[in-house]
Amino acid sequence: MSTRQPEHHPSEAVLVAYGSGALGEGLALVVATHLLYCAACRAKARDVEALGGALLEELPPTALAEDAYAKTLPRLGAVEAKPAQQHRPPANGGFSPPGPLGDYLGGHVSENDWRRIMPGLSRVAVLPRGKAGANTQLLRVAPGTALAHHGHRGLELTVVLQGGYSDDLGHFGVGDVAETDDAIRHRPVADPGADCICLIATSGRLRFSGLIGRLIQPFIGM
Amino acid sequence: MYALSYRSIGISARSRVQAVRTAGEAANPERGALSGHILAISASGDRAAFAALFAHFAPRVKSYLLRLGAGPGQAEDMAQEVLLAVWRKAASFDPAKAEASTWVFAIARNLRIDALRRERHPEVSDEHLEAVADTREDAESALSAAQRGAALRRALEDLPAEQAEVVRLSFFQDKPHGEIERALGIPLGTVKSRLRLAMVRLRAALGEIE
Repeated sequence: MSTRQPEHHPSEAVLVAYGSGALGEGLALVVATHLLYCAACRAKARDVEALGGALLEELPPTALAEDAYAKTLPRLGAVEAKPAQQHRPPANGGFSPPGPLGDYLGGHVSENDWRRIMPGLSRVAVLPRGKAGANTQLLRVAPGTALAHHGHRGLELTVVLQGGYSDDLGHFGVGDVAETDDAIRHRPVADPGADCICLIATSGRLRFSGLIGRLIQPFIGM
Repeated sequence: MYALSYRSIGISARSRVQAVRTAGEAANPERGALSGHILAISASGDRAAFAALFAHFAPRVKSYLLRLGAGPGQAEDMAQEVLLAVWRKAASFDPAKAEASTWVFAIARNLRIDALRRERHPEVSDEHLEAVADTREDAESALSAAQRGAALRRALEDLPAEQAEVVRLSFFQDKPHGEIERALGIPLGTVKSRLRLAMVRLRAALGEIE
């Protein structure tokens, strides 16, 4: 795989939300997929976790029940061996979802898995649709296809897995993340040449609570 | 990559180096001991080491879970589960990559997401990175994990109060919408910019701006 580093990154608020555990699973999966391609954001995400550790340290302790430790002892089993490296066999044909996405879809997406939405556009569901409308899917767009001008409800994160596209925000290639919300309307056009495949997650209207939720979907009246 | 200079955030390169050095020297020996306890569990199933980790972390993890919306009984049970996971996963701990508290935080966070939201926290593993042949300089830093932790804690102490407040709320608040804006009495845009400024400062303390 190329050593190209992404040019479009998640915002600071989204990286903090990922590391603190405030992002929904689909959005977090987009961030994790970006991290696969982006050494700079991996370093940032590592810092966010270190910050979580520092903040955990400074929390005032809350005493557990007196027998909590004693109750835990009989449950100590074996210390697990360091997990062995498993390598998926390389897929022949079709599309191989990279990194953490492979843990969700298996090593291989075959032609039969794609559901056609319209000419030039098909999808594969990655996670079941959330109660509040949160949605996580692979989209495959034929070369040169333009998608309708659209806005967003809540936060939408997209990471390019294959090919590329352009819209008002610039050109997006493999590993690039587009972070859009209600304020942004765009009209993506897939690059000529090969199919563009993206992982797209949306928050849904009521997906978030708490500070981070407010930060990343700031324009929804809730 | 990040269009920042030390001057733009009011920290000279010299004072940064000095801060880092001081932070490294002042690293609390107890923190090293915590990492040592995890390694001792991994090496020999050391129960005394587990007892020390339990005493230190379980009450803090319980506080964390309470703040994130677990009920008292649930937080008590989950804190024990987190410490059991610390025991079970001890062999995965790499002191070169993370301090003990960082590692325990990640376990507690993931268990919280699993238990309270019925979701997973997707992460990039070394195995994933190897598969895309990207094994670049990741964990490489001029500082050890312990030095980084110490520098981070100092920087956290030095943050302007308004920025520190937003950082803490980002990790520990999981309340109904609008509550934080109400609590802080400031507009959301201000909250967001304070968080960004705070992260820039914290990273500067780790020598990570270009």
